[in-house]
Amino acid sequence: MSIELGHFALILAFAIATISTIGGYAFWRSGNRIALVLSQGAILQFILVAVAFAALIQAFVTSDFSLLLAVNNSHSLKPLIFKISGVWGNHEGSMVLWITILVAFGAMVAAFGRRLPSDLLTLVLATQSLLTAAFAGFTLFTSNPFARVFPAPLEGKDLNPILQDIGLAIHPPLLYAGYVGFSICFSFAIAALISGRIDQAWARWVRPWTMLSWTFLTLGIAMGSYWAYYELGWGGWWFWDPVENASFMPWLAGTALLHSALVMEKRNALKIWTVFLSIITFSLSLLGTFLVRSGILTSVHTFASDPTRGMVILSLLALVIGGAFFLFALRAASLRQGGLFAPVSREGALILNNLFLATAVGAVLVGTLYPLVLDALVGTTISVGAPFFNLTFGALMAPLLLVLPFGPMLAWKRADIVSAAQRLIGAAALAVFLAILISALGGVSISLAPIGLLLGFWVAFGAIAELVERSRLGRIPLGESMRRLIGLPRTAWSTAIAHFGIGVTVLGIVATTAWETELVTTLNPGESAELSGYTVKFDSFDQVPGPNYIADEGRFTIVAPGGSTRKTIADRRTYVASGIPTTEAAIETYGFSQVYLQLGEPLENTHVVRIWHKPYITLIWLGTILMALAGVLSLTDRKQRIGAPRRAARPVAEPAE
Amino acid sequence: MNWLRGILIALTILVAVPSLAVSPDEILSDPVLEQRARDISTGLRCLVCQNQSIDDSDADLAKDLRVLVRERLVAGDSDDAVRQFLVDRYGEYVLLNPRVNNHTLLLWIAAPVLLIGGLLTLWVTNRRRRVVMEPGLSAEEQSALDSLRDEPKL
Repeated sequence: MSIELGHFALILAFAIATISTIGGYAFWRSGNRIALVLSQGAILQFILVAVAFAALIQAFVTSDFSLLLAVNNSHSLKPLIFKISGVWGNHEGSMVLWITILVAFGAMVAAFGRRLPSDLLTLVLATQSLLTAAFAGFTLFTSNPFARVFPAPLEGKDLNPILQDIGLAIHPPLLYAGYVGFSICFSFAIAALISGRIDQAWARWVRPWTMLSWTFLTLGIAMGSYWAYYELGWGGWWFWDPVENASFMPWLAGTALLHSALVMEKRNALKIWTVFLSIITFSLSLLGTFLVRSGILTSVHTFASDPTRGMVILSLLALVIGGAFFLFALRAASLRQGGLFAPVSREGALILNNLFLATAVGAVLVGTLYPLVLDALVGTTISVGAPFFNLTFGALMAPLLLVLPFGPMLAWKRADIVSAAQRLIGAAALAVFLAILISALGGVSISLAPIGLLLGFWVAFGAIAELVERSRLGRIPLGESMRRLIGLPRTAWSTAIAHFGIGVTVLGIVATTAWETELVTTLNPGESAELSGYTVKFDSFDQVPGPNYIADEGRFTIVAPGGSTRKTIADRRTYVASGIPTTEAAIETYGFSQVYLQLGEPLENTHVVRIWHKPYITLIWLGTILMALAGVLSLTDRKQRIGAPRRAARPVAEPAE
Repeated sequence: MNWLRGILIALTILVAVPSLAVSPDEILSDPVLEQRARDISTGLRCLVCQNQSIDDSDADLAKDLRVLVRERLVAGDSDDAVRQFLVDRYGEYVLLNPRVNNHTLLLWIAAPVLLIGGLLTLWVTNRRRRVVMEPGLSAEEQSALDSLRDEPKL
């Protein structure tokens, strides 16, 4: 019964979204009343879609195998958390998750957007409703998640074991929150283009939404990367897989948007470009969804792919993206540029940032789609893989990282590059010193390693230098400096922490790439192997049953260089329902480094064991966590709050994030 | 595209196989040669996998290719000769880092062209802007001048 209720709720949400779209676009000039109606419509859509989503979750949790989706993706023996995450470990369910997040953002705009001008609010909500109608319609008509099966089978077919992981519970919701959050920027851009109202206030409204979505996307990508790292079993953390690229492009574009919206808010410049980026970022998010759904690209993410739906999604994309760019072409010329500045200025630095990030988006996009297009046009198949992306992307990021620390040091309008350089000289000297020292100690296995280290340290210390500069540390008494430091606006802290995080991530990438060691060997229980000072002892081998799998379990003892010992387990699992095998690596963290241990196939009565020592690899993800933290911190700054209070001194309700 | 679909179906089965790359019986005794084999392997696509190099993949074909690469190296081939040998057998598709030729020229120049195009655009806008940015004008004077300049057009 609840399944029909959920189905009906989704249909109703689709109907309300359709009416809101038409009503909103037709009467956006009509003032507060239409804005109020659309706000209530947005909240209603959220409640209805939440009911639909909850109905699916309930069916999975109670193992209701009269629901086709549950039959195909669930199993009564599965642990509860994977029953829940199994809802979105498939095409239909992941669409419902996507729509749930979409309407949640719509409802947030309705709830926190009361201070927006009514025409802008109406247009934003109408555009959100258009998106809801489009994707709810797509789900209902081509991929109904509520289909029943009769007679109901006694047991489900289980979820792909690779997806039976805490990663599936966290990664897609975060990623989708990022993707879908950019729809708000998109809707604001459409509203600006239709109403012709685009000014600094617009940028102030858009920036928190961008920050929020960017934070989610940062965490979502990082989580996905760590998941791939521990689950896929050979310790890679980024593969330049087309679907990874699909999530990375909106992140790059969103990062550019954060910076360009800043210029627009502070200096009323870069208006057309910011609107353009808002549209591009969400378009890339949609492309990300499309690339996964279409089945054109294959990867570990294909759990949700279906080629037959590709065309419908493609038409939807053409409609939404094409329509937006048509509107942009029509109206962009009427947006007046303001805010003059010299090339050497904060604005100039932020434009340079945008140039490199936008080029990187272009490079990744071309690299991802090129094999498809070439195959379609010429019939030649080529591969564009990690070596290409590492080279192209690396070449674009190096100069960006080199100029990054200058940005926050430069004044708006017109800046003095020499004085900025003087303030950064300490950071530069320290970076050079450490890069040389570490290269000398670690040995230069990759010729680019010292340059990578230099860039990483430079960006990290540059971020600290900015805080030192702003607190006037060393030039005024320490206590006074500390007071200044604490009193700095949270946005200043956020900038410094985010940039520091980038430096940390770069250092992790460089260290693990340059100094990773690997040992592939055969071991029998009782034997041991040594790698980079760590001794790995193979204690025992057993067959152990799990809740819905049988594991070949290897128990190991790792003796660290300092003499401390740890026990750990690496296993190979065979899932009962599907017969699919997976591997679970043993990962032990020592400081920032990790020992990664994997039990391979039996080989002539012994076991293949692969051991990696990955120095400072956790810095890669710690850096991204710092970036996300910076995003959250920035959102708590009064100036950045969602809903944009106007100089209100009284406290304003925080968003429920 | 039908063969592609065939591969895709094969892939959904293959992807589930745990990824265990190089196994001990393949490793060459000469560490220099082995390192060269590893470096070449990371740039070669496992043809039946999803975006995996043969170095990372556990598929039988990947193992065959790894052994083949090592055989060629032991036979005295240069790195490029090994790659060429595989391209002759399996086509350009086997290379994860596409070589520059007529078909991939656009791919390789895309990023530089975008960057240079962007820089040129900035340079031109800046030159145009500098005309109005002659030193000595305050912001007020600037805006006054701007409005004067804009008025006749309105």
